[in-house]
Amino acid sequence: MSGHRGTEVRIAGFGGQGVILSGMILGRAVSIFENKHATLMQSFGPEARGGACSAQVILSDEKILYPYVKAPDVLVVMSQPALRTYLPTLREGGKLIYEQDLVKLEEGDELPEGATCYGVPATKIAEGLRRRIVLNIVMVGFISAVAPMVSMESARKAVLHSVPRGTEALNGRAFDMGYRYGVENYGGES
Amino acid sequence: MYSIKEAVLSGIHFIDGDVACAEGAIAAGCRFSAGYPITPSTEVVERLAARFPMVGGMFVQMEDELASSIAIIGAAWGGVKAMTVSSGPGISLMQEHIGLAAITETPTVWVNVQRCGPSTGLPTQPAQGDMMQAQWGSHGDYPSLALCPNSPQEAFDLTVRAFNLAERYRTPVMVLLDEAVGHMLEKVVIPPGDEIDVDARHFTSKPPKEYRAYECAPGSLVPDMARTGEGYYFHVTGLTHDERGYPIMLAEVQRRLMERLMAKIDLDDVTQVVQSQVDGCEVLVVSYGITSRVAERAILEAREQGLRVGHLRLLTVWPFPEKLVAERCTQGSVQRVVVPELNMGQMVREVERVVAGACPVTLVGHPGGAVHEPEVILEAIMEVRQ
Amino acid sequence: MRGPRTTQSLQAVPVNSPMEDWLRMDRMPHIWCPGCGIGTAVNCFVRAVELSGIPRKKLAIVSGIGCTGRVAGYIKLDSFHTTHGRAIPFAIGLKLASPDLHVVVFSGDGDLIAIGGNHFIHAARRNVNITVICINNLTYGMTGGQVAPTSPKHSIATTTPYGNLESPFNLVHLADSSGASYVARYTTFHVRPLVHTMKEALTKNGFSFVEVLSPCPTLYGRRNRLGDGLDIMRVFKEKAIRRDGLSTDAAFVDLKNGPIVIGKFKDRPREAFLDVYNDAMTRVIGKDHFIPYGPVTMRPPEDESE
Repeated sequence: MSGHRGTEVRIAGFGGQGVILSGMILGRAVSIFENKHATLMQSFGPEARGGACSAQVILSDEKILYPYVKAPDVLVVMSQPALRTYLPTLREGGKLIYEQDLVKLEEGDELPEGATCYGVPATKIAEGLRRRIVLNIVMVGFISAVAPMVSMESARKAVLHSVPRGTEALNGRAFDMGYRYGVENYGGES
Repeated sequence: MYSIKEAVLSGIHFIDGDVACAEGAIAAGCRFSAGYPITPSTEVVERLAARFPMVGGMFVQMEDELASSIAIIGAAWGGVKAMTVSSGPGISLMQEHIGLAAITETPTVWVNVQRCGPSTGLPTQPAQGDMMQAQWGSHGDYPSLALCPNSPQEAFDLTVRAFNLAERYRTPVMVLLDEAVGHMLEKVVIPPGDEIDVDARHFTSKPPKEYRAYECAPGSLVPDMARTGEGYYFHVTGLTHDERGYPIMLAEVQRRLMERLMAKIDLDDVTQVVQSQVDGCEVLVVSYGITSRVAERAILEAREQGLRVGHLRLLTVWPFPEKLVAERCTQGSVQRVVVPELNMGQMVREVERVVAGACPVTLVGHPGGAVHEPEVILEAIMEVRQ
Repeated sequence: MRGPRTTQSLQAVPVNSPMEDWLRMDRMPHIWCPGCGIGTAVNCFVRAVELSGIPRKKLAIVSGIGCTGRVAGYIKLDSFHTTHGRAIPFAIGLKLASPDLHVVVFSGDGDLIAIGGNHFIHAARRNVNITVICINNLTYGMTGGQVAPTSPKHSIATTTPYGNLESPFNLVHLADSSGASYVARYTTFHVRPLVHTMKEALTKNGFSFVEVLSPCPTLYGRRNRLGDGLDIMRVFKEKAIRRDGLSTDAAFVDLKNGPIVIGKFKDRPREAFLDVYNDAMTRVIGKDHFIPYGPVTMRPPEDESE
């Protein structure tokens, strides 16, 4: 039933890393700034309180009927357990995006056929801005470069729309640095 | 309603069904809510708690669901539009006061973000297991009104509608979300306040001497309310009562009251059903809530395989739109009716009742905890070919 | 719960009684038994309302279920007869939605303290500006004399035919330790101080609580060898001692051996819920965004409410 599927994205990591907000930014960018369709399902319960955390985002030109991610086209991981759990679900030809200091690809981590992977030192970049908390925004910038699902402009607008008032400049910089890292290291839109 | 323009959060948002529901309440003029935290409905009251002080409203977290569910009835008699919100066990605890709101004819809105049951069940997972409870949950007979959104946008729209119907019919109205709709973020477009139709409360224009609390104007089955504190000295009771509101322990008074209560809701007015390619279909799917989205995917697939599949999506689930469902299901072309739902078979009983054997009715049940796989629904639809 | 008892007082309120204007005379005779104290408490309440200066139409009364629960049905005010145990949270909703109303809960001990006990303590803690009058007759009257959380230890009830094994609540201590602003206890024998106390309670800011010990000769007195209504009144008269300001944990009730401690135990000014709400919200959210909560903001304008 792939015809009505849309693009499936799973963002996963630990609670507190801003996983859900990253998903919200993607969803906002698509549904508000590009006037297309997006859904975000959040993980709740114990998962949302310090342990594993994941956001399931679906982006589409049409109304989304099934809002759960089964085989992501794009998998974003910010923790080793998240990689363990979700790598086997990555779709053939899909993209794996990971925080390279928090997640290590090891032998035996087999990518599905045709899949590509993209690492980013998002924590280090965030620390360079002296605010580790913007790690997720760096990731969003990086995603926008290596797996563009919305225009860079929409993604950036959605970031500024989603962060606390007064932190726009900082978050805008975090987004830009993530984006630039993607363009410089992976040639941007692939 | 007052200051509605300023209160309404007009614009395009990416929010979940719970938040959309809270915004719908504010847009409809709700200014009081009492509740008790319970997953997956808590986000509704958290939103109200944050927003109400900016629009002249108040949220109170009560000591339990019993208190919450009657505090809103008190508030409604205090002249405001009021709502409570809960899930699962909390909704079970509130049942007595749904009955009180029904017999005292108190306009109130009750939001149930359904989770898996029975008992504590699966608190963070979707289900549609409270469908029959929404009709029969409190003891005795009473008119039930329940609306079932399948998206955050509809959570907003149907919450506004729930408040309007509550005022129009002076009755409790339930908004039946499920965990999936409640916790799903999606685009919600909130129109400007002055473009949202809002029913105001029907207060009596009679002077106190001529006013009788439960007497209806000629041609109406819904009595006007009096304002508390204006010298009407009216009495409200959960006991069977006459037109004066006085308790009368007679079968005849009970008959008169029940006949009016059961007749006062106009089925044509409250029925909302979205129909898709129903004319001349071979298979008709009847669904509601999150399941209707999943079913839609199966329906599109079946149509691609050349089957003529129609879809009746119930926005109003109670009172059950029996006329329309019967008429559509029993049109000659329909060989099978398929009812997918996130329970072990609840609304399918209503469908079977109105189809009355005219064609086979297939339940695609699900114990909850997840939504259906679209393939399972597709299989049930395609069975007609075998 | 069974239905109402069939025992009915056939004595109607006398014509031209000063109560006539305050009662729904078309609902007389009432259901209370001869010797019952509820009617006395109602008389005291009406007198207290008259003395309080509260405009009658701005006073609403809320009852739960039980013999005392019927009070709302007889007094000619805006009156609400709710569900068993839930009069207090109803009253809180009513008061918060309509802050210019005076809201009184008038109900029994079983209703307010057993099934409604949780609401009682939380209402005292929350300190919403309502008055709770509890007619304590030590039993369940409407359902036929079952044990209550106020029934003395070893007392006989239909559900404790061999004696109650549990200790009763001390209601004034319960209200006090939960945070009530005003706490008093009298009996239906002490009508003058009771009227004064009810009046005071009605005009206090915050959660005020008045316990009224009241005879139930039919279902409690008879089984527990206390005699008829008059005998119980005699017990109230002889065993009562007034101790205003006494620590509520020492304010005992012992009908058999005495004492029955009565008086005003607590009268402490405490900001009521709505005062705190408006002050805090103005401070936290700021004048520009917070809309103060009160009768004006809660009511839709007249012209739009057709």
